[in-house]
Amino acid sequence: MPAADEASKILRADDPDIVPSSTPFGSCPIPIFDHQRIVLGHGSGGKLTADLIEKIFLPAFRNPTLDKMDDQAVLQFGDMRLAFTTDSFVVTPIFFPGGDIGRLAIHGTVNDLAMSGARPLYLSAAFILEEGLPVDDLRRVVESMRSAAAEAGVQLVTGDTKVVNRGKGDQIFITTTGIGVIENGINISADQARPGDKIILSGTIGDHGMTIMSQREGLQFEGAIQSDCASLNQLVVAMLSTSSERRDFIHTMRDPTRGGVATTLNELARHANVGIVIDQRAIPVRESVQGACEVLGLDPLYVANEGKLIAFVVPEMAEVVLHRMSQHPLGADAAIIGEVVNTHPGMVLMKTQIGGTRVLDVMFGEQLPRIC
Amino acid sequence: MKYLDEYRNGEIAAKIVDEIRRTLTRPWLLMEVCGGQTHSIVKHGIDYLLPAGLELVHGPGCPVCVTPLEMIDKAHAIARLPNVIFCSFGDMLRVPGSDGDLFTIKSLGGDVRIVYSPLDCLKIARANPRKQVVFFAIGFETTAPANAMLAWRARVESLNNVSLLVSHVLVPPALQAILDAPDNRIQGFLGPGHVCAVMGYTEYDPISARYHVPIVITGFEPLDILQGTLMTIRQLESGRATVENQYSRILNREGNPAAQKLIATVFEVGDRKWRGIGAIPGSGYHLRPEFAGHDAEKLFEVGRIAPLEPEICISGQILRGLKKPHDCPAFASLCTPQHPLGATMVSAEGACAAYYTYGRHLTPHRSDPLLHVIDETEDIHASR
Repeated sequence: MPAADEASKILRADDPDIVPSSTPFGSCPIPIFDHQRIVLGHGSGGKLTADLIEKIFLPAFRNPTLDKMDDQAVLQFGDMRLAFTTDSFVVTPIFFPGGDIGRLAIHGTVNDLAMSGARPLYLSAAFILEEGLPVDDLRRVVESMRSAAAEAGVQLVTGDTKVVNRGKGDQIFITTTGIGVIENGINISADQARPGDKIILSGTIGDHGMTIMSQREGLQFEGAIQSDCASLNQLVVAMLSTSSERRDFIHTMRDPTRGGVATTLNELARHANVGIVIDQRAIPVRESVQGACEVLGLDPLYVANEGKLIAFVVPEMAEVVLHRMSQHPLGADAAIIGEVVNTHPGMVLMKTQIGGTRVLDVMFGEQLPRIC
Repeated sequence: MKYLDEYRNGEIAAKIVDEIRRTLTRPWLLMEVCGGQTHSIVKHGIDYLLPAGLELVHGPGCPVCVTPLEMIDKAHAIARLPNVIFCSFGDMLRVPGSDGDLFTIKSLGGDVRIVYSPLDCLKIARANPRKQVVFFAIGFETTAPANAMLAWRARVESLNNVSLLVSHVLVPPALQAILDAPDNRIQGFLGPGHVCAVMGYTEYDPISARYHVPIVITGFEPLDILQGTLMTIRQLESGRATVENQYSRILNREGNPAAQKLIATVFEVGDRKWRGIGAIPGSGYHLRPEFAGHDAEKLFEVGRIAPLEPEICISGQILRGLKKPHDCPAFASLCTPQHPLGATMVSAEGACAAYYTYGRHLTPHRSDPLLHVIDETEDIHASR
């Protein structure tokens, strides 16, 4: 069989694309290697993504604003502070229960702005369309962007369109960029986290990721799962209005998208150099999502969300902020899930359901279904 | 969530732990056989609820871990072929071979797909009649029925573009190999729940009798593991050695006869090499000759593959329960899930990966800066 010769040739060949990194054990063919090509895991939001940012992007563009590694840049112009962010959206299928790529593209950028406490104002949108995409599909996506933008109170003020050959894209890719203004006195950033802060999660986790996965794999789960995709800026306004005197009671906010709550908490712990302890029993998970995760051997803590936020709030204000959140439809299931501590800096520990304790690590690459 | 939360109840867990503590009069060393059990133990922090003197060591029951490197290299060689769609369970994609993993091969243009069921390969084969669809059929008795069903259906439907690269292993011969080793320390086993759901547990009677070792077939939820541990300890403390079934809500003594029949139709027992342990006679399945047309090893002769394993890696000793991940000088420093040196670091079910992910804060390690932490976190220790 010709296949045989070809394979053995491939095996013996000195393939320049897969080179073992410098190994600590001489010439031994140790299976340690850095990827010499982009693999899917580089886009997972986990360790491989962080690796790419640290090794490729940061060295090239390094500056004080970027070094803060928040999901948005905060720029000072005289007295005014602007939040500025950009995000690309690729998702299959482009329409899914609870939303579509258009809604995601608006919500994602609005949320990245809102996580700095900013009031999102203007967005741009760039479309990369694949030859053959039905115009009706594009129309549907654009219509849902319009309604999502109207709900969030932002305007789409500039844009761009490119078309690529069939097979060179996946129907539609959208990049949105946004700006917003931050009121004086608000200073919300990863590096503001302090020991003692209470950690509030705005609702159930894993809804978006499991919706996409069950659609993609054609898995039917009992009790329909819907994406949670939503713009969080109104919820943030509600949270900030908890006190009329204080402006500084929310230290840190993030929306736990790719990589899920676990990865976001790890990023925050590392950037602020603080420890985090959370209680598994306090984390709201829908039964349908938990069930789907159990079937696939996945952990909802690592599954993406598109309409949830995590806030680090000064302890004396945590209960009132939580109360205010629970009155908002996007915060109805909000809960205090843990706190920031001054031990084990950079690490997240979780008290488990049965009373044990374990490390909650970041995701390495793609979450992989387990064999059995 | 119903049928799960009941088995993760903290109050009941504390009661069983108390009972274990009351029962224990001297140190015992148990092995949980399955990777899924190891995963559950570290994920829920069970080992740190157990009293001092009772040690759980991790067994060879992680299918990803014990798949020999040459078989992985063979899989990669086939996956690189231009006309092949290579299908695998998800966690095999990150297992490094001698020169990359399946993700790398995918990024180079190889058609590598994750399937949730081996039978998904039938659909793929029907949709791609000009391509060879190869399924990496690994695992223990648990995955054997579904894998056998793929071969059987492919044959019945004359889907000649479906083949299986089989690396199937069996639990009882591995337990015997562990017990036969002169340096064996294991005194009791938490037996493999899902393996026995297929095979039943009569095979374990002669092992328990011959080596005078308790084997308690155990489930995978925290309360299953604690109860299985208690049952094993009770046997040891009273000098008994028999096979008991903790996982009776799932399985009985006979197992699943329909699944066994299917396995026997498609597979025959033969010798297999285990990564980290070596060759064990009669320890695995091979496709029967009448399924040779669906046997990827026969269809794709990929040349002589004799890779070398990293010398520092102690995964073989870990798989036999002789050492724990923290005993390895490379653990959490040179060897991490991102850069695994050995099989036990690769799969989520592997003991090293489980320790790294959930428990590397617990035992000081000279090269790990994230240490000594947990004792300073008082509130999370309240229940211990």
